[in-house]
Amino acid sequence: MTQHTTQATEEQVQYAAILEKGMYFGLALMVITFALYVLGIMPSIVPLSEISIYWSMPVHDYLVAINTNFIHGEHLPTGWSWLKLIGYGDFLNFVPVTILSGVTILCYMVITPGLFRRGDKAMAIMAVAEVLILTLAASGLLSVGAH
Amino acid sequence: MQGNIKEKVGMLFVSLICAIMLSPAWALASEVVAMDQIPAAGDPGWWKWPVILLFVTFVMGIIAVLGGVGGGVLFVPIIGGFFPFHLDFVRGAGLLVALCGALAAGPGLLKANLASLRLAMPVALIASTMAIVGAMVGLALPTHIVQLALGGTILGIVAIMLSAKKSTVPHVPHADALSSALRITGVFYEPTTKEEINWKIHRTIPGLLTFIIIGFMAGMFGLGAGWANVPVLNLMMGAPLKISVATSKFLLSITDTSAAWIYLNKGCVIPMMVVPSLIGIMLGSFVGVRLLKVAKPTFIRWMVIVILLFAGLKAVQKGLSTMGYNLF
Repeated sequence: MTQHTTQATEEQVQYAAILEKGMYFGLALMVITFALYVLGIMPSIVPLSEISIYWSMPVHDYLVAINTNFIHGEHLPTGWSWLKLIGYGDFLNFVPVTILSGVTILCYMVITPGLFRRGDKAMAIMAVAEVLILTLAASGLLSVGAH
Repeated sequence: MQGNIKEKVGMLFVSLICAIMLSPAWALASEVVAMDQIPAAGDPGWWKWPVILLFVTFVMGIIAVLGGVGGGVLFVPIIGGFFPFHLDFVRGAGLLVALCGALAAGPGLLKANLASLRLAMPVALIASTMAIVGAMVGLALPTHIVQLALGGTILGIVAIMLSAKKSTVPHVPHADALSSALRITGVFYEPTTKEEINWKIHRTIPGLLTFIIIGFMAGMFGLGAGWANVPVLNLMMGAPLKISVATSKFLLSITDTSAAWIYLNKGCVIPMMVVPSLIGIMLGSFVGVRLLKVAKPTFIRWMVIVILLFAGLKAVQKGLSTMGYNLF
């Protein structure tokens, strides 16, 4: 048995490197965007002094309430509609959350070509399937008709 | 002598935390606020709950490390049971807490070859798909039903923690056909015995099928799922304990991602809850790692079990009281 057999495979190291960068970037951005929000440097859709009115509501009631009281949009702010509100501190914080939730998709996309190239077809197909599943979840299509 | 004092201070600190969290006064106070917390206009004291959340999640981070459990499994029942936040937002935040813990640990575990990507990939595909279904079902059901089911699940986790055994290196006579075809195998170096340990797995199909249920529950309750992943990977599929624990931790970064997207897209993320929780848990984890040297694992494990038991009963009680049954 050689020493290098205990070492991680090429795709595993590749995956880890992207995951690490995405994680640090997302967490650092989260601290910055939260500081901009909580210190009042950026305006927020829901005033800080009123946030406690809404956080005990079921999510549907919360969305209706903030849409009626502050956003005045045609539709409830579900899916990716928060992108239109990115100029506000509370919704700007969705950017790092999205990065932290999305980095895994990127990891899978990066390792897939290598798996195909090495003839590791079963794992490559699973990687493609995982990208499709996570992309479907991220797309917001499954949130249509939120309760 | 100095070590003895440190140990006593550590134990006193942990006991105090336990007493505070188990105190009926704490539970009652949070409930009073929950019932009465909708002010007519802006609330100048809005910042109190995020600050308390930061403190409690900091403590939770310490206990999670010392008790060997994930942050999510403590976060959802405790914050859902004793804070004024609606369960929809608590589950969303719980998933992000578990996700960030997994993202923080994942790269190191993969590089050290303790987490196995080849073992995680088929498991993750099933668990993440079912986590999406679980999240959608959980958000469609009435809150009291989810609360009741959450309480039952937490009590089930307590039973698993009390009864489940662990096997450092399970005996796997032959790898089964599926795991051989997928080349789910590996070698890791065990520094305590200075050995290179070859590992392989068996019962792959039953193991993968079990992740249908685990993924569903992770998505439905926003719990993370390390409590279930490790016994299945270790005892059922025969992966060594270190590989099981590390792969389970990494696995959460995929399973919780899929469910987190559903919660995010349905609007169940309130940054004022999520960010203090993440900061608190992460800082607590750093302190917990340092306290590991002086804490007694058996005591901490029992403390986690008692906290979960109490939180599980609280969730059942909340679910039943909404239905008009008052237990306590």
